[in-house]
Amino acid sequence: MSQLDDLYRRVIMDHYKSPRNRGTMEDGSVTVNLNNPTCGDRISLQLQIVDDIVKDVKFSGEGCSISMSSASMMTEAIKGKQTKEALEMAEKFSSLMKGESVDFGDYEDIDALSGVNKFPARIKCATLAWNALRKGVEQGRGQHEGVEE
Amino acid sequence: MDPIALKAEFPILHQDINGHPLVYLDNAATTQKPRAVIEAIRKYYEWDNANVHRGVHTLGSRATDAYEGAREKVARFLNAASTREIIFTRGTTASLNLVATGYARNWLREGDEIVITPMEHHSNLIPWQQAAKAAGATLKYIPLQPDGTVTLADVEQTVTERTKIVAITYVSNVLGTINPIAEIAKIAHNKGAIIVVDGAQATPHLKVDVRALDVDFYAFSGHKMLAATGIGALYGKAQLLERMEPVEFGGEMIDFVDLYDANWKELPWKFEGGTPIIAGAVSLGAAIDFLEQVGLAQIDAHEKKLTRYALERLSAIDGITIYGPRGERAGLVTFNLGDVHPHDVATVLDTEGIAVRAGHHCCQPLMRWLNVSATARASFYLYNTEQDVDRLADALVKTKEFFGYEPVR
Repeated sequence: MSQLDDLYRRVIMDHYKSPRNRGTMEDGSVTVNLNNPTCGDRISLQLQIVDDIVKDVKFSGEGCSISMSSASMMTEAIKGKQTKEALEMAEKFSSLMKGESVDFGDYEDIDALSGVNKFPARIKCATLAWNALRKGVEQGRGQHEGVEE
Repeated sequence: MDPIALKAEFPILHQDINGHPLVYLDNAATTQKPRAVIEAIRKYYEWDNANVHRGVHTLGSRATDAYEGAREKVARFLNAASTREIIFTRGTTASLNLVATGYARNWLREGDEIVITPMEHHSNLIPWQQAAKAAGATLKYIPLQPDGTVTLADVEQTVTERTKIVAITYVSNVLGTINPIAEIAKIAHNKGAIIVVDGAQATPHLKVDVRALDVDFYAFSGHKMLAATGIGALYGKAQLLERMEPVEFGGEMIDFVDLYDANWKELPWKFEGGTPIIAGAVSLGAAIDFLEQVGLAQIDAHEKKLTRYALERLSAIDGITIYGPRGERAGLVTFNLGDVHPHDVATVLDTEGIAVRAGHHCCQPLMRWLNVSATARASFYLYNTEQDVDRLADALVKTKEFFGYEPVR
């Protein structure tokens, strides 16, 4: 089961069983609901973006250990970051899923998900939250531009 | 019947997956193909291939004979009254859509009712949602009992004089429930409705007799019964097919074509526009030969015995939830392992060489009825053995241990 150990490292199980930033907030500026129609995983992501910075983030939903731990890690990684940095992380995460080695700087937990690329059927589980993030930032920017007009 | 000898006929089953001999338990999704079926496809392309119903040349006749010969086998297999009642399609989904568009949309009126159940696969649900919307008809559900069965009393209650169509699955792909089709057909007919049966999970596993069941339409797929993907059939009573309109127009299905109008060939060809799935039909014929040689009654008995064994072994695993009826049921077991997500279960099983399905099984309303987002499912066929079930049960125990530990804060 060594391949499995790569996939389900303790850090993944830790995020799965004790997810960070799980819940909802009342003053979120952006809400994104995404699901994976082939398997039924779903996530609701809320972002509070102020001055182009992700001030706060919450997620809820249901899915397997990979999708939920990835969501937990994602929220922890982007909280307090500029939206541009958050999107860069999303790009890095895509590279990680392609099996490339990627440096997430001070947030090492995400490296635990590198094993997912050996399980092609599970990549879409890991990327669900990051896709929600991309959509959320896009929505946030759209709203912001709307206000300026 | 000797499943180990039968397994020798399936080349794909003799390989290692992730370092373990493959145990294939995803037969409700699709089945593997025996040498006889693979050979039949190869022989068709290497020897007989041509387009059907038009060539004057020898290959054209051979291809037509092969294609129409397969139709005769299907008609006999289902005990249809005639080959006119067998329409080749891409599979169950295409067959059910053909009824829902070709028949239902022409004959449904505002205020009519379509009756289905919450255990339907999306392919026997969404076509009826759409047909109901198009006609202004009402979609009604026969309620499920806690064990995932329907009662005839509820069928009597739900089907009314306004009901025009009762559409129901013979065997549930999630619960393993075997519905009493003959009795439901009687109720439907007494109220003046027709009955449409999704036979995808029944046809490969038990002897189907469309005339004994007295069903009006019956849909099934070849790939779930040893044949190639992309071939299936719709059985329909001839008098109903006569009233049904084609939904695909073009070559092969016409009789006479004028500049501004055209008319159709006779049954069953008016529903088979375009070059048909000839090699697929040939593979279906070969699959039927194979199944009849083994014997449907034997396959049915083998799977039921294996399922009883699986229920016994899996029930013994602490924390497992098994869905569906405990009495008479078809050859599949759907379950959840404590709070381990079914995708995680399926991934761990895959590393042990065991293929199962995890997800909503194209039954989202049923998942909500079960109050789960997804489940895992092991489904059996004629080549599965008690050893396969043992491997599954042992791997599930390992899975539990693997996910059992507490997180570090």
